[in-house]
Amino acid sequence: MRIHHLITLFALLPVSLGAQSPRLRVPATVDTLPNGLTLIIHEDHSVPRVATNIWYRVGSGDEKPGRTGFAHLFEHLMFMGSENAPYPQFDKLLEPFGMGANGSTTEDRTNYLQDGAANALETALWLEADRMGWMLPTMDSAKVNAQRDIVKNERRQSYENQPYGKAADILPPALYPKGHPYSWPVIGSMTDLSAASLEDVKEFFRQYYAPNNAAIVIAGDVNTDSVRRLVRKYFSNIPRGPTISRPTPPPFTVRDTGIVAEDRVQLPRLYLGWHTVNNNHRDAAPLDILSYLLSGARNSRLTNNLVYQREIATSVSAFSDAKRLDGDYSIVATARPGQGLDSLKVAIDRELARLATEGPTARELEQAKNARESSFLNGLEFVSAKADQLNAYAYFNGTPDYFQKDLDALRAVTADDIKRVINAYLKGPRVMLSIVPMGKRELAATRVIIQ
Amino acid sequence: MKSLSRYFVVALLLPGALGAQDKSAHTSPPVVPRNPNLAVPAVRSSALPNGIQVRVVEHHELPLVQVTLTVTGGSRLDSLTPGIATFMAGMLDEGAGTRDALGLQSELAYLGANLSTTADWDRFTIGLKVPVRNLPAALALMSDVVIRPAFRAEEVRRQRDLRLTSLLQARDQPNAVASLAFNQAVFPATHPYSRNANGDSITVASYDSALVRRFYNATLRPERATLFIVGDVDAARIGGLLTQHFGAWRPTGTAAALPVAPATPAHPATTSVWLVDKPEAAQSVIMIGWPGVDRTSPDFAALQVMNTLLGGSFTSRLNMNLRETKGYSYGASSGFTYRVVPGAFTASSSVRTNVTDSSLVEIFKEIRGIRDVLVPQEELDRAKSNYELGIPGNLESTSQVAGQMAQLATFGLTLDELPKLAARVRAVTAADVQRVARQYLTPDRAHIVVVGDLAKVKGPIEQLGLGTAKVLEVTKVAR
Repeated sequence: MRIHHLITLFALLPVSLGAQSPRLRVPATVDTLPNGLTLIIHEDHSVPRVATNIWYRVGSGDEKPGRTGFAHLFEHLMFMGSENAPYPQFDKLLEPFGMGANGSTTEDRTNYLQDGAANALETALWLEADRMGWMLPTMDSAKVNAQRDIVKNERRQSYENQPYGKAADILPPALYPKGHPYSWPVIGSMTDLSAASLEDVKEFFRQYYAPNNAAIVIAGDVNTDSVRRLVRKYFSNIPRGPTISRPTPPPFTVRDTGIVAEDRVQLPRLYLGWHTVNNNHRDAAPLDILSYLLSGARNSRLTNNLVYQREIATSVSAFSDAKRLDGDYSIVATARPGQGLDSLKVAIDRELARLATEGPTARELEQAKNARESSFLNGLEFVSAKADQLNAYAYFNGTPDYFQKDLDALRAVTADDIKRVINAYLKGPRVMLSIVPMGKRELAATRVIIQ
Repeated sequence: MKSLSRYFVVALLLPGALGAQDKSAHTSPPVVPRNPNLAVPAVRSSALPNGIQVRVVEHHELPLVQVTLTVTGGSRLDSLTPGIATFMAGMLDEGAGTRDALGLQSELAYLGANLSTTADWDRFTIGLKVPVRNLPAALALMSDVVIRPAFRAEEVRRQRDLRLTSLLQARDQPNAVASLAFNQAVFPATHPYSRNANGDSITVASYDSALVRRFYNATLRPERATLFIVGDVDAARIGGLLTQHFGAWRPTGTAAALPVAPATPAHPATTSVWLVDKPEAAQSVIMIGWPGVDRTSPDFAALQVMNTLLGGSFTSRLNMNLRETKGYSYGASSGFTYRVVPGAFTASSSVRTNVTDSSLVEIFKEIRGIRDVLVPQEELDRAKSNYELGIPGNLESTSQVAGQMAQLATFGLTLDELPKLAARVRAVTAADVQRVARQYLTPDRAHIVVVGDLAKVKGPIEQLGLGTAKVLEVTKVAR
């Protein structure tokens, strides 16, 4: 069956624009193979392209003590060859399709994604299956050492050689209690990266890289039945792995913390962080809308006040990071020359207090929702983006075509919800990090005890 | 979510169903179906009565539309006031028509529209992406931005101060510093590319509303404009809407003449090394290069294939050597910058401080290698196919299609160029690759820029004897 329109326009819900919003649909089939592998297929014949996207449901949150950064190091090792596709065949076989092969790691998951010409499909499936089933026979210490060096270079390039890069090391352990899966950075520490061994690789693979802990999305110019046949052909021989049980971390509250760090930077930067909720919580949507209300546009509250009206900051951004187990909220602002971070902190607190009291105007709220809706629509233009989102919804929300429900949750946010989430989450204890130019500690924000 | 990108199943653990699975039943790669042919969308061309060119592509996948207005010019018109083109472009949506910066943003976002206003060395670009149901209302705002920008003194002053701050912050960014130093090295002071497209702290401090207005009047003009529309529209009927919003646009005063293209600078006679100190840096940023080549060169296809296998893909020689084999880096790459006036060829990488000298040796080894030895057929075929089948990857979204059309138009080309390019790429031979490598890569006459911890890397670099080393002050490079 060929589906030419992803979005079906129904007569619907008038929004306050007086126009009609389209309903978002990304039709997908879901199958589960006997070995537990979840298969999700979405046909989109608009261009002759295909995206393959595997999520292994393992991330840095699953790392054991002393091995921070391991899930991401492992992601690199997945490109180092498997029994029938020795290194560097993975890349060499896919590049002729104009296909970039990449992967990424977060606290919750590791994904592997390719997108290229549609005729790459079978080759990509064969390669993914070979490394899901038969990666260990060719793994050795030399490969671990090689990728360890590359990951250390990545850490240097992305954090150590970047201004303010040390925030990535400082914030997680300040926001989450010791031992919590989110209490260390995904990139890990140099010491732990050095400690990773071939035995760790084998143990991690056996534990987590099994079909019953993975979901594969195929999206693009494909035929659903052919994809089903090919996936069964290449993956059904891979045995099921052990059942994974993850203890739920105990509840906690953030300790009110003030931290000052020096860096080779021109201007001081303030980070405020709070403990919030997981990505399935009903407050996740209001927190997301709140981020837009604070810094999504020029006329958003913090941008307007700190950058435009008072001109005390060069930039400000608010961000809700709701993850599978738990979440945090951050506001980051960089000072203008001559400004200390206390003036930024006071201005931010004042705007938060005002919004918590008054709530957003109807017009502000509608702007935020319309802007978010457009981002949804724009994201659907790319098969690779759809594939990754289908996998995200399948894992976090239990069903891949959750686009409209996700949007509905944002559309349902009220002014009272905004007031409520500020009061519930952004008034309590917080982490306050000041990164200041070398020797300029007097520019740091001073800690005040929250009443 | 913090996401990091990459750039024998044990029988004992698995009770039941053992044995059969310890080998894959599929030991060799599948047979590959034929490559799809590259099809580019049909374009409907017309013009508005005031001379604005119009190019429309229907793209009905989603109820979205991209409207991109380009105006020939851009930063090449800067000469007397460095940075003014990018600044003026940035000011366009800081208040227009009856609305101030915040009011304009509020209206646009309310419509679900994204508007961007930029300048590069070749043109000004005003881009609008919007759900198609709100196109008329968003076009009214876009035409305010293009035709009736306010340039209020207060908004100019605010953005000027922000620009001064961002120039200061560039000193924190080793890649930004390296890039500025590289352009100052490769291009003579008389060439526009030797200057920062964002200006410098002295010239930017002199910007005011009258200057911005004068520059706008002289450069952002309908007779130099093209509208590219891609999306869920009827190409035959969009003309009326465009005329309604852009048909009344008339030029003000005299146009600034498009400057005669400066001659592409000669390759240096010998190799020079330019060093910028970044104390205690964890890595050194390396840029190596020389003046580049014209986009319309008959060698373009061969150059792109050559670069794909030198440093334009994951399995390219530079990346495989510096990243995968040596472990010096997280990635290494190369490329030609194509502009109306040719930019530079650049090979670059960020490398561990204590292997900075070794990295330079390896980069030059790869550049020489591609000149000295014919590339093997398997490697050539992979690069050609990678480049050719990568082309449709840039035609997936409405914004990408409009962007490709605008980019090609800069060089007087249309989308029909892409299938021709694909055919030319298929025809490239190993001899072609070697010929263009010998002609356009000059490893004995290079500019080398290194931004890193000079206390540790200067001595070892000098010992390589590559060329005269000169230390540049970061405050002079990033002014």
